[in-house]
Amino acid sequence: MLVLEKNSLTEEVESLVDQYGTERSALLPILQAVQRKHKYISDFVQQEIARLLDIHPVEVYSVVSFYSFLHSEPQGRNIVRLCQTIACDMSGKEAVARAVERELGITFGQTTRDKRITLEYANCLGMCDQGPAMIVNDKVYTHLTPEKAINILNEIK
Amino acid sequence: MKLNGNKPAAEREGAVLFSSYTRGYGIRKALEIGRENVLLELRESKLKGRGGAGFPTATKWMLVAASKSEEKFIVCNADEGEPGTFKDRVLLLEYPELVFDGIVVAGFTLGAKQGIIYLRGEYEYMLKALEDYLEQMRLDNLLGDNILGNPDFSFDITIRLGSGAYVCGEETALIESLEGNRGEARNRPPYPVNTGYMGRPTVVNNVETLASVPHIVVKGGEWFKKFGTDKSTGSKLFSVSGDCERPGVYELLWGTKIKDLLEIVGAKNTKAVQVGGASGICVPKSQFDRSLAYEDAATGGSIMIFNESRNMLKVLRNFMEFFVEESCGQCTPCRIGNVKLLEGIEKLEKGTYTFSQLNKLKELGKTMQVASKCGLGQSSPNAFLSILENFKEEIFNKNGYGGRNGK
Repeated sequence: MLVLEKNSLTEEVESLVDQYGTERSALLPILQAVQRKHKYISDFVQQEIARLLDIHPVEVYSVVSFYSFLHSEPQGRNIVRLCQTIACDMSGKEAVARAVERELGITFGQTTRDKRITLEYANCLGMCDQGPAMIVNDKVYTHLTPEKAINILNEIK
Repeated sequence: MKLNGNKPAAEREGAVLFSSYTRGYGIRKALEIGRENVLLELRESKLKGRGGAGFPTATKWMLVAASKSEEKFIVCNADEGEPGTFKDRVLLLEYPELVFDGIVVAGFTLGAKQGIIYLRGEYEYMLKALEDYLEQMRLDNLLGDNILGNPDFSFDITIRLGSGAYVCGEETALIESLEGNRGEARNRPPYPVNTGYMGRPTVVNNVETLASVPHIVVKGGEWFKKFGTDKSTGSKLFSVSGDCERPGVYELLWGTKIKDLLEIVGAKNTKAVQVGGASGICVPKSQFDRSLAYEDAATGGSIMIFNESRNMLKVLRNFMEFFVEESCGQCTPCRIGNVKLLEGIEKLEKGTYTFSQLNKLKELGKTMQVASKCGLGQSSPNAFLSILENFKEEIFNKNGYGGRNGK
């Protein structure tokens, strides 16, 4: 039977609410779960979460907009975050950043046309002793060189 | 004392935190000596919070212990976001027995039933390993109901993830985040020890603070106090990065001089050391005799080293860009102040500043230190003020970082 996309999203949010509960404190874990799967939290999903948690949709949006790892607009299938903080900057982040931009044909903050990769900067990944560092979804790569970074990106589906 | 650097845990040795410890011993000992004695040992040890603020841990615990509330919480602040700080990463990955045992001891001592680890989103890759470790603790009856056969003690730990907000390292912003809100700092008082998570008495401790607890319980406060200085007892984990041969995490005693640390990590031609991360102070060569201790150069653990070839203005610009992005925007001194300081740096870079403008920016920095609502805005001008003060001559000449990569 054909399941409408909206119905399916509603069922998904309902199942997350079953898992995490209806307390306000469940909001972030629910948002994180949606973000992990869909790479963004659509207006419709935000409204559904608000309905099931009995809070105003603006409250949900205010939380989504506050945290840098949560997005209300569609992102690529993979999110690549390059650390821009001082230790990584000093150990050659700039060269890695420019090489990655050239290779993907986008700048930081943008998504490739095939929706494969969204490129973002991160503020300190806690890898200051092993920079430059980047996170691809939730996997960390360290001691990057431009060539190494490009090879990693080319492996991503 | 052996030097640790980037060695794996099996090869590490240290005086206090990295000294030998067997999983579960701290919990067993706490159950054996009882709550009162755990608090007494903790007070005896003079342990201060390792997150940077340095509040006496025993005092914090005693305030929660004295509370009559039926529900209390232990929160482990693993939102390690300060640039240059990565000690918690090492503790969580390589010494989980210390961190988790510390949380359980806190739960027992304060009469809490639930512990929460607030793990920064950037560390999500650790989640599986940490969850597995917690499961093993449950199987070993170090977590769950009637821990180690004690009918009066049931306690469990859950891990909650952050979502990329530096300000959530501030304890009240962290609690807001746990409750499903924007990570905005609360007005204090009331303090979390009275009205914390879900309005209940809550202890929020740094990862390293909690990791110190099992050692203190097993070996005694007197033993712990032998290390370090009078006002800064025990040891400290320093995460060292920047221009040195051996970056990594080192356990050193409080009171170690900056120049000795530089020698240990193989730093050459050093002209500046940023102590305490981007929100800390920048110490010039003339002050390398200073001690790393609460009574002198206090730090949460970050040590960033800059050699002669680095441009301090570019360093400062990176710090200020960080704070502009990470300010939560709630209070005006921080939201506007950081932007204005960054604009000042841009003027310095272009050479379009006037000295009266610079003086106004210094005044602004001092205003931010007293008028901002939380530690972020109160400490973000530190680097601006100390770098401008200590590197006046250089700031007006160079461009680029220089150094190894020719930037």
